[in-house]
Amino acid sequence: METTRLIIVAVGGQGNLLASKVLGEAALLAGVPVRMSEIHGMAQRGGVVESAMVFGDAESSIISDGEADILLGFEPAETLRAIKRCNKTTQVITNTAPVPPFTVAVGLGTYPDVEEIKQLIQAKTAGLVAIDAMSLAREAGSPMSVNIVLLGALVQTGALGFDRDVVEEAIRRRVKPAFLDVNLKAFDLGFKAAAGV
Amino acid sequence: MHKLLQDLPGEKIMLLGNEAIARGAVEAGVAFATTYPGTPSSEISLNLFQMSQESDLYFEYSTNEKVALEVAAAAANSGLRTFCMMKHVGLNVAADPLMTLAYVGVTAGMVILTADDPAMFSSQNEQDNRYYAKFGNLPMMEPSSVAEAKDMIKDAFELSESLKQPVLLRTTTRINHSNAFVTFGEIKPRNTKGRFEKDPHRCVTVPAVSRGLHVKVLEKMKNAARLSDTSSYNFVQGQGPLGVITNGVSFYYAADAVKDLGLTDRAKILRLGFSNPLPRKMIADFLKGCEKVLVVEEGEPFMEEAVKAIAQEQGITISIKGKSDDLFSRLFEYDPAMVREKMAAFFNVPYTPKPSVDTSDIPEIPMRPPNLCSGCSHRATFYEVKQAAKDMDVICPNDIGCYTLGFLPPLSMGDFVICMGSSVSSSCGFSKATDQKVVSFIGDSTFFHSGITGLVNAVFNNHNFTLVILENDITAMTGHQPHPGVDMDRFGLSGYGRVNIEKLVRAVGVEHVSIIKPFKVQKSIDVIKEALAFKGVSVIISQEPCALYAKSLKLKKIRPFMVSDKCVDHRDCITTIACPSFYLDKDNRVAIDANTCVGCAVCAQICPENAIRPLKQ
Ligand code: SF4
Ligand code: SF4
Repeated sequence: METTRLIIVAVGGQGNLLASKVLGEAALLAGVPVRMSEIHGMAQRGGVVESAMVFGDAESSIISDGEADILLGFEPAETLRAIKRCNKTTQVITNTAPVPPFTVAVGLGTYPDVEEIKQLIQAKTAGLVAIDAMSLAREAGSPMSVNIVLLGALVQTGALGFDRDVVEEAIRRRVKPAFLDVNLKAFDLGFKAAAGV
Repeated sequence: MHKLLQDLPGEKIMLLGNEAIARGAVEAGVAFATTYPGTPSSEISLNLFQMSQESDLYFEYSTNEKVALEVAAAAANSGLRTFCMMKHVGLNVAADPLMTLAYVGVTAGMVILTADDPAMFSSQNEQDNRYYAKFGNLPMMEPSSVAEAKDMIKDAFELSESLKQPVLLRTTTRINHSNAFVTFGEIKPRNTKGRFEKDPHRCVTVPAVSRGLHVKVLEKMKNAARLSDTSSYNFVQGQGPLGVITNGVSFYYAADAVKDLGLTDRAKILRLGFSNPLPRKMIADFLKGCEKVLVVEEGEPFMEEAVKAIAQEQGITISIKGKSDDLFSRLFEYDPAMVREKMAAFFNVPYTPKPSVDTSDIPEIPMRPPNLCSGCSHRATFYEVKQAAKDMDVICPNDIGCYTLGFLPPLSMGDFVICMGSSVSSSCGFSKATDQKVVSFIGDSTFFHSGITGLVNAVFNNHNFTLVILENDITAMTGHQPHPGVDMDRFGLSGYGRVNIEKLVRAVGVEHVSIIKPFKVQKSIDVIKEALAFKGVSVIISQEPCALYAKSLKLKKIRPFMVSDKCVDHRDCITTIACPSFYLDKDNRVAIDANTCVGCAVCAQICPENAIRPLKQ
């Protein structure tokens, strides 16, 4: 079986870990072996959370620089920061809604221009899908569903090779019933938005 | 029911490494578990704690790792299967009982878990605790994956019981914090009623007894060595003249590298999962079939040195390499690409790494340093101490917890941190060695852990400093575990006592004790000034629950603040306390994010223009 390596980067609190659990569940449903590891050391104090998922026939669960097949970024500057994990053939999916670090929020640093971020990623990788996941999450009914919007976009690209049904079933299994409708809608909006780009 | 208590053998479920370990312990019939929380081991204890509420498993958060191990040692000598877990540096605290417990041994299975942290994701050093196994004469096992960790702990209990020795189980962060599918096994019935059979010639380690016990422990390790040589956790994978010896997560990096480099027909891997005592015969046999051998292990050259010694005894002169200038480092974590590159170099096979993208033209991306939360009372306390000590030459020893982050600007409070409890004892030293004023900080949990002994020392030796105890009612850093000062009623749990820090500090003999409520800024500054003026040991207890914890318990009604147009934009709030709820709005003026502000009102009190007000809702 082909090996697919996916890196997910996010800011603490954006729901990265739930997103990777959904994908893990989807892999189980699809019969694809999967290994995952996450780094969430001091993330709850405002840092970056990164998870790595390796699908298919590999044994190790971490992804070295230059070796990601897919990069899924929940925050544009963090997507750009993670670009060293990519190579010329990497498919990148990113949210375009910034979450400025505190230093920037108070004027002690400058946040890179989002258009420039997009151009840089576009030029260096095989393809970029950039969507405003925050607006779509709000449209779905909760800003907390940014993670699932992005999963929709990821599945639409086909890079992961999972059918949409499988991932939706995984969402049903992993998301609390009270939030299910919002999340399924978020998934659909993300899926459609990515198709339109 | 707690998901890890489910009696569903064969069920496949996705678990975090730490959950898998907790489940493995339950399947092994563990009846007694103790810990002091520490990342990357914290979720093991969290899950066992929750399960203990729903079953007859005994679990406790002890005051520190030494206490945890001593409590556990008694249970394991009363016939109960016992599990004691901690992070790598925690084993240093527990090292004293550990060394002697190895002599005494146990009557029921006992596993001591050390969660090592290569690359220091959340630790103050990256020590390699395999040496404790060797140092203390303890068998050690090391899993390579989440699923293996769950099964290995069961065999570690069996091993411990057959040798009557505690067994060390060593994990690394990559196992503790990875997710994988594991298959539930049967849950062994728990034996929760123990009995201690007196045996002074084993259990009372006076010199005459210990001399005999040292002989016995060496015999036990001889048995352990025989078991290691036949253990299924030590195995060879593949065949060929090129040899790789590896352990832990490195095994998978090595296995992938062999495949990726096309060496499947030429290389074999010896994976060591029962790593102390090492399987010497197995290693010798392996070496005899090799032309050259690469040792792939994170951390220190623990296996490498042993393998070289075995080769010497056997008269084997092949090249054996691991850590060296041109191969592996003793620093940080390994990763698959790095292992592949070093293996290619050592075995002389061509390899071109996938080129990473060129990052030379990427603009500078602002860092995201960790930060004290919005409305964290530590921020207020640091600010107040800073104000009170404004004109003094002060040294501020700090300790291990969220408040360590106080060293970051603009607070910049924290001049010396080495380990849990060190702020108090180092203050003793600084105050004697210098003429500077010393003000040190410690959290409540850390104070119970090991700050209190330093305070006793300070009173007895008549030192001169001010200790600020940050009492926020919880162990915040590791994810909100209780400690002896916590009101367990808040968790809806009865049957616990509670230790009052103020009474304790007074009882130790501290003469100048004051309490502040850090959200009352000016009043706190006045009280702190008084404490600083005292000659001798003074203690300030700063009382305010952790903001995150208070939020999760809905202890207070949150009333966010806002910046009114009285603001003249000198930004004192940002430059002095830097609460992460501040930001600059479209017009480049200071604003407060109402979604994250918890309404502590500290910024309102420091704004000289009185521009910060509660938001009318
Ligand atoms: S009141 Fe001020 S200091 Fe307190 S949380 Fe809100 S913005 Fe931060
Ligand atoms: S978790 Fe609690 S103690 Fe830690 S920084 Fe946040 S508010 Fe402060």
